Amino acid sequence: MVIAIGFEGSANKLGIGIIRDGEVLSNCRRTYITPPGEGFLPRATAEHHRNNILEVLREALDVSGVKPKDIDVICYTKGPGMGSPLVTVAVVARTVAKLWNKPIVGVNHCIGHIEMGRLITKCHNPTVLYVSGGNTQVIAYSNQKYRIFGETIDIAVGNCLDRFARVLKLSNDPSPGYNIEQLAKKGKTYITLPYAVKGMDVSFSGLLSYIEEHAASLLSSGKCQPEDLCYSLQETVFAMLVEITEERAMAHCGSSEVLLVGGVGCNERLQEMMGIMCSERGAKLYATDERFCIDNGAMIAQAGLEMFRSGTTTSWENTTITQRYRTDDVLVTWRSP
Amino acid sequence: MENFEGFEKVRQGAEARIYVGKYLGKLTLVKERFEKKYRHPDLDASLTKDRIKAEIRAIMRCKIAGIPTPAIYLVDLERRSIFMEYIKGLTVKEYVEKSEAEFSEIRVDGRGNLNNMLHQLGLRIGHIVARMHCSNIIHGDLTSSNILICPGNCDGGSELEEFGIDELMVTIRDSLCRSPSNQDYKLVIIDFGLGKTDSSAEDKGVDLYVLERALLSTHPKVAPKTLFPAIMKGYTDKCGKSAPEVIAKLDEIRMRGRKRTMVG
Repeated sequence: MVIAIGFEGSANKLGIGIIRDGEVLSNCRRTYITPPGEGFLPRATAEHHRNNILEVLREALDVSGVKPKDIDVICYTKGPGMGSPLVTVAVVARTVAKLWNKPIVGVNHCIGHIEMGRLITKCHNPTVLYVSGGNTQVIAYSNQKYRIFGETIDIAVGNCLDRFARVLKLSNDPSPGYNIEQLAKKGKTYITLPYAVKGMDVSFSGLLSYIEEHAASLLSSGKCQPEDLCYSLQETVFAMLVEITEERAMAHCGSSEVLLVGGVGCNERLQEMMGIMCSERGAKLYATDERFCIDNGAMIAQAGLEMFRSGTTTSWENTTITQRYRTDDVLVTWRSP
Repeated sequence: MENFEGFEKVRQGAEARIYVGKYLGKLTLVKERFEKKYRHPDLDASLTKDRIKAEIRAIMRCKIAGIPTPAIYLVDLERRSIFMEYIKGLTVKEYVEKSEAEFSEIRVDGRGNLNNMLHQLGLRIGHIVARMHCSNIIHGDLTSSNILICPGNCDGGSELEEFGIDELMVTIRDSLCRSPSNQDYKLVIIDFGLGKTDSSAEDKGVDLYVLERALLSTHPKVAPKTLFPAIMKGYTDKCGKSAPEVIAKLDEIRMRGRKRTMVG
């Protein structure tokens, strides 16, 4: 029996979760929410994490009923992410590792999402679409690496949605993406927006510039409502994502499973579109809800636990953080080749 | 395709269904871009139309530049279909995979031959991509599945006869091994749905980047050391003075992916 605790704080979510052999014992989270029209900046986000982390840690231990002495391994997000929030959380993880005298593992955030998705949905060897505020990647496992088949060549899809929400001054509570999704449900008019698929990759920056430039005039001229813009944006960007998942990775790997992870992965319209594509191909879609899709501590615990069980720990001098950390940089020691 | 008798569905890709049959007495391949139910109908209709148009435009430009592509017989936007010349050949993907499998049984000098042959093939691919780029044709989705390799007389003829793949393999390999300048076989580029006309080094760089990524993931054993370097050599040889700028862009594009900050 192995018990792992995971610390996550690479962006505006602060999460600590405890896992015992694949069973989630606790998964506590606080989100730093900025006023409408604003994004989260590294310094203020780090301050939020500093102010909350001890309380979240106490809560995670209390909910799980686990004592520090029962924990086998401390896991924390090594990267990728924003520098100061990552440091803040890593300092606490390193401190408890010393206090409790436990081994420590630095986890790649993207791998955390994939392993959590695999744990919750029990899928075997899926093509993974990882979509969040900072990442947009189509991933498939081969030969001890999670290989990236397609990705964004500029900004992430979540970033595109977040920044669009700022144009409309939508609330960031609970998240800009959630509020876009709710408005989009009421949208009726479809506005043509730039659609950019380049081979296996997608691009969102042109689309964002277009909508930033035209949103005001489209709305003031009465051609469409904010709801229609949300609807059109979702339809366009999600179609791009489904296309690269399907035509590239799935066709390529002969895969019949798709796993949707990352914060944007809990969008129900994206899940619906991906589901239609899958059923047309005779494939199966696996998705999770906001508890596990959105950044959380349990996912870091789960990936760290897999690493720990396969004999990987991080030496003390390497318990640093990095803002840039590719998914395909990690040697996947816990899966067969 | 209900109204066309004698057309038989031979393949279904992610984006299109492929039928083969006779049209005006010629063996014809029909590429039908079927409706995608997950997409908004307006988006689906406009994407399909745009891609059919992009495909025929790029094929026409290739014809003008003398680059082998299938002849277009009919374009039917209502039916979302292009009727084009049926070309008898293998995809580069099939050819490379089969060659790898066959050569793996042979030992040391077999490897040498395989590498040599793939080097020749790579040079030719590089030449043809360079010729497209010199005419400012951007393919948009270069992969080893979108390049056909066929014997010099690859006219489909008028009957859909069963041709032996093994026989084809031998013919192609013979001409590849014999001499570097051999023109007994030709490369035909297909699938221009993401094609466009652009003179910028950026788009040409992205075109090469897409090809590189596709080859590395499809042919991990031979692409990094043999096939792709040969393609780049062929490309540089043929492209002349615009090559350094495109290659500098390619390096820059590679870095974008690797070094981009990825938060949360």
